[in-house]
Amino acid sequence: MSKTTEKIDRLAELTTRTTTASGGSLWTEALRRLRSSKMALVGGTVMALFIVIAIVGPWVAPYDPTAQTWRDEVFTNRGVFIGPRGDNWLGLDHLGRDMFSRMLVGARQTLLVGVVSTVLGFVVGALVGGLSGAALAFGGKAGQRLDTVLMRFIDMMLALPSLLLAVSVAAILGQSLTTVMIAVGVIQIPVFARLLRGSMLAQAGSDYVLAARALGVRRRRIVLAHVLPNSLGPVIVQTTLALATAIIEAAALSYLGLGNPDASQPEWGVMLSQAQRFFDAEPMMAVYPALGIIITALGFTLLGEAMREALDPKLRS
Amino acid sequence: MLRLIVRRLLQLIPTLLGLSVLLFAWLHQLPGGPASALLGERATEEDRRAIEEALGLDDPVWVQYARWMERLVRFDFGESVRTGRPVWEEFLQRFPATVELAFAAMLIAVVVGIPLGYFAARRRGTWLDLTAVSGSLIGICIPVFFLGFILRAVFAVNLGWLPSFGRQSTGIDATEITGFYVLDGLLTGEWDASWDALQHLVLPGLALASIPLAVIVRITRASVLDVLGEDYVRTAESKGLRRRVVRGRHVLRNALLPVVTTVGLLTGSLLSGAVLTESVFAFGGIGSFIRDAIDTRDYPVLMGFILFIALLYVAINLLVDIAYSIIDPRVRVN
Repeated sequence: MSKTTEKIDRLAELTTRTTTASGGSLWTEALRRLRSSKMALVGGTVMALFIVIAIVGPWVAPYDPTAQTWRDEVFTNRGVFIGPRGDNWLGLDHLGRDMFSRMLVGARQTLLVGVVSTVLGFVVGALVGGLSGAALAFGGKAGQRLDTVLMRFIDMMLALPSLLLAVSVAAILGQSLTTVMIAVGVIQIPVFARLLRGSMLAQAGSDYVLAARALGVRRRRIVLAHVLPNSLGPVIVQTTLALATAIIEAAALSYLGLGNPDASQPEWGVMLSQAQRFFDAEPMMAVYPALGIIITALGFTLLGEAMREALDPKLRS
Repeated sequence: MLRLIVRRLLQLIPTLLGLSVLLFAWLHQLPGGPASALLGERATEEDRRAIEEALGLDDPVWVQYARWMERLVRFDFGESVRTGRPVWEEFLQRFPATVELAFAAMLIAVVVGIPLGYFAARRRGTWLDLTAVSGSLIGICIPVFFLGFILRAVFAVNLGWLPSFGRQSTGIDATEITGFYVLDGLLTGEWDASWDALQHLVLPGLALASIPLAVIVRITRASVLDVLGEDYVRTAESKGLRRRVVRGRHVLRNALLPVVTTVGLLTGSLLSGAVLTESVFAFGGIGSFIRDAIDTRDYPVLMGFILFIALLYVAINLLVDIAYSIIDPRVRVN
């Protein structure tokens, strides 16, 4: 056997080995890494638990969360809060409502606010960012101009600290549950837009795009079939992280008095801000909804971080 | 360098113009329009008509906008509905309080965060690393105002170690020079006033520091890990340089670049957080004033304050960009 063939054989061997070791697409590989991540396991479990509670909560709640069933008992013992006991696992709130039922039912509202606002931020942000990125990368001079206009718009939104942007939106729209969702959604728009744009620009410079262009593939197809799917990774990660932020920001808006005006409807953020008045006497009334928010946000954040790590090309061996 | 600054300044113009159009639209969208916003909800119909005429609300919209802009340039935002004083004055009076608080929070975040992040990276996988990482995750996920409640309940109400609200104890008669109470005390030699103001800063400062601290720990850790794997660090080590030199000059210096940018970018979250923290501790800065303005629907204040903060925020970001290009020559090339 000549030296050359030996070399080729060796090379072939090496190439096959690498393919079997890392075989599969970006997504399959990321999924594989995600599955072995403890962070993802914890985050995913918390998230799944939260979603299950949000779905079944209203059915399994032992009492009506808005009914002031123990009103008399709470009002006759003014100032004495009733903690956990047999009938009420988490005690009663200041109006004699069952805290456990309110927590269970509140999960649904909390999830609803988080999901709706994140979807809003994602859809508008991805639309603006995608359009901007595609226009800048493939649109020539006119595209460049469109990108500049869109990005100035995004800069405008970034010129306000997030909570104040939400406050402005909430002040314009008036107080309602929809307002909270829109206000929290709006502050996510620039994040999604910037992220998708940046990610698309990075992809646009890669070799496979050059190859597709050389083959004469239409620009629209390059953008939609090649660049976009490959740019979505960081955006999907951000969606998970944004859910955590959305829940926290919604709570902050409630605290500032811009939350859902119908305070009888249980939602963790509203419950937390209501409980502040009694914090020194009965901290647990605030601690339950706060723990709900913290644990949920933590779950989403852990899952998001694990996904980010799984998708990070630097960590791919 | 000068070109960079000029270009960035020019880029700001459309952003700020857009923002002003937005706020102008907001003013006109308010229930009853600007007349009610200026007069308050309980104005009579005659008053309204008088002020609409005086303000020229029958002119075309763009004329109104131009007039509004002209007032804006003179920092004339009208008066607070609640206090009757000019919005700009209210802002200036409360501004030092917020700066003092934000500075305290950032100081805590940097002084604790950078070493913690550094040692977490150096001892990757140990309990220190684990504590730092999980602690910073919790720091991001805990609502700032709830952390404020807890700190106040534990350290002020139950233990009584620190004051629970305000910037100054009653009965302290301090001379005011700059409006920064700690600094004023030092300048005039009123040590007890300074000490008192410092004590008032601890709890709100800690609450406000939670998010920046968490972010700084994470960024520093990630950045140090990155740099530790660089070839030049290995080279420096194999050259036989002393550990302290390698760590100080090669690792820390390079690792701190992203941290510097982050510190600048965190001002936004500080200003957001200040609204929440200040209202928990009744701190009396622009944050608590905004909270009160929301409660009383004091729109001139809300709008004016938000525009001032936007200006400030944009200016800080510009400064960060410039500072960054001074520290890192690689940025300047682009």
